[in-house]
Amino acid sequence: MKKVISGNEAASIAVKLSRVQVISAYPITPQTTISEKLSEICGSGELDARFVKVESEHSAMATLIGASSTGSRTFTATSAQGLALMHEILFWASGARLPIVMVDVNRAMAAPWTIWCDQTDSLAQRDTGWLQFYCWSNQEIIDTIIAAYKISEQLLLPSMICYDGFFNSHTHEVADIPDQELVDSFLPARQAEYKLDTKDPHTFSGGTLPSMFMEFRYKVQKAFERAPELIESVYSEFDQKFGRRYNPVESYFVDDAERVLITSGSSASTAYHTVRMMRDEGEKVGLIRMRQLRPFPEAELFRAIPKGALVGVLDRNLSPGTGGVWTQEIRAALGRNNINLSLHEFVAGLGGRDISENNIREMFAGMKAADGKRQSINWIGLNR
Amino acid sequence: MNKQFDNNSVGDDGRDYEFCASHDFYGHSACPGCGEKILFRHMLDVLGPETVMVVPAGCAAVTDGVFPHSLSPVPYLHVPFGATASAAAGVRAGLDMTGRKDVTVVAWAGDGATFDIGMGALSAIAERNENILYVCYDNEAYMNTGMQRSSATPRGCWTTTTPKSRLKEEPKKDIDAIMIAHRIPYLATGSPAYLDDFKAKVEKARDTDGFKFLHLISPCPPGWRSDPSDSIKLARLAVESRVFPLYEVRNGVDYKITMQPEQCSVSEYTSCQGRFAYLKSEDSERLQAETDQAWAELERKEK
Ligand SMILES: Cc1ncc(C[n+]2csc(CCOP(=O)(O)OP(=O)(O)O)c2C)c(N)n1
Ligand code: SF4
Ligand SMILES: [Mg+2]
Repeated sequence: MKKVISGNEAASIAVKLSRVQVISAYPITPQTTISEKLSEICGSGELDARFVKVESEHSAMATLIGASSTGSRTFTATSAQGLALMHEILFWASGARLPIVMVDVNRAMAAPWTIWCDQTDSLAQRDTGWLQFYCWSNQEIIDTIIAAYKISEQLLLPSMICYDGFFNSHTHEVADIPDQELVDSFLPARQAEYKLDTKDPHTFSGGTLPSMFMEFRYKVQKAFERAPELIESVYSEFDQKFGRRYNPVESYFVDDAERVLITSGSSASTAYHTVRMMRDEGEKVGLIRMRQLRPFPEAELFRAIPKGALVGVLDRNLSPGTGGVWTQEIRAALGRNNINLSLHEFVAGLGGRDISENNIREMFAGMKAADGKRQSINWIGLNR
Repeated sequence: MNKQFDNNSVGDDGRDYEFCASHDFYGHSACPGCGEKILFRHMLDVLGPETVMVVPAGCAAVTDGVFPHSLSPVPYLHVPFGATASAAAGVRAGLDMTGRKDVTVVAWAGDGATFDIGMGALSAIAERNENILYVCYDNEAYMNTGMQRSSATPRGCWTTTTPKSRLKEEPKKDIDAIMIAHRIPYLATGSPAYLDDFKAKVEKARDTDGFKFLHLISPCPPGWRSDPSDSIKLARLAVESRVFPLYEVRNGVDYKITMQPEQCSVSEYTSCQGRFAYLKSEDSERLQAETDQAWAELERKEK
């Protein structure tokens, strides 16, 4: 059924369709309306789930550690300060191999206070052992959440679904809401092999010595290495059932492109619009959209980059002291694969500053043939 | 590894009163004379196998065993230091949603996890009246990290962060009063020197719906600088001196003192512990006066 909904409604709908059993969340802009909607549908019985109304995000994630350990399907949503407050427990979730699914509505990290969008909050959690997906539309939010449960429960790794605060969370769009029956056939109830069970008592996450801890981490890494193949098969099945095909990396107008921009989230929507206009004007420009940070989809990315093209990366985030996180990630992947490619690094849109069509044009204009010099950050839209 | 227990000690009422004895309750690494293990074992004897433990960082976590060994005969979920209460609420929700409402969920946490880092989350689950049995084994300091002060450490006490040059100046935080103020269905204190009293309270707590809080005095020979063979004696003197009175409170209003042994002086309790070695006589007098006042208050509330 097609409906006009906001990004946050899309997330709530997906949680309901996924038949989540335990929800725990704490209000923070721009995530709050997810918690409100879920409270409503849990309260009315529309969704048969327990909503644990905690006093902090640290507790929201801790609650899900307990709930997921019983074998139940769990969900939370947060933004920025809330995600940072969970930091300790994020490591715990992946180390304990719990398939928790969470939405992070991207918001910049204070100080100074801001409620507006950038992606620094979730990107700063890249080392916590969570799968990370980035969406650009409300349809994609619904579909990615449903798919994430299937992926997480097979890999025994948690998933974070990220989308831009306000630009996605509060923007209304048409989305096709899948039938419950179809979702049930795609995503059956969770079957936990390891869980708290008084009939088969075990101890979970107890002390380890240096002689064993590394093996636990090795297994987490191995699960991430298995992920690409599994994600591909889940997306194929999703496509067969729902008629919508997803990939970890999406590309647009890249085939003959001489200049391409790599970005993610709502910035990719603006870039897409701009690229189409520039194509009409005869410019050979293209766009690559990153839908996944972890596992880092390097094979898919390299396949998408046209040979000989100039490449820029638009980072709506900043890791002070180095630069944009996506740029660093892509540079690391290039180095790992001995590919000599110079990246133009564009930092824009921090703390919700608009990224306009002109800004995107400025980025394409700034992509020049490599001159062998050190690349530094290009600040776009900065008032100097 | 946990073993399936052999159910050979079932009482007339169908309950397994020697659950731990029927299980190989060995292999922990607690110090000799540790109160925590004594309390844990006797609590489980009452609760039996339909129990799930939620345990934060602290001695109870570390001494249960190193992977893949575990002492616990029931599922034992380790959680981060400040996460006990919330994780227990999650276990409760998950068990309820998967058809296991009858399982008792026990949060088993030290004084640091309870009085300090986990206080906000503890208050939250009490306010929400979660159907959880929260037990604090109180050894009055951060023992696992080597005896640093907590807000449960008594005034005048030595710890590694309240050294001889600056003993703890503040009185012990009144956790019972805080929990009672939440009007929880059941709160009780317990001591390993009064096992019948303790076990009766565990049973009452288990059979009460909603949130239950047990506050247990838990002797710790290395931290208290006491002789391991004195642990039970100290747990008794704590009660006799009225430093740690045994009582219970229902719904935040119904007080009942459950044990009234003949009174001994506070210094009789403190003098055999090295952690109180630097108390001056005026400090002892002050402790005695505070203890007497608290007891009078408790008696007044009981009436
Ligand atoms: C967030 C965090 N901070 C600090 C620690 C270190 N730490 C582990 S146990 C502990 C003290 C435990 O004290 P208590 O709860 O009283 O338990 P006990 O060891 O006395 O049994 C501390 C400070 C930790 N594990 N996590
Ligand atoms: S340090 Fe104290 S609390 Fe910890 S195991 Fe030893 S006796 Fe028990
Ligand atoms: Mg302690």
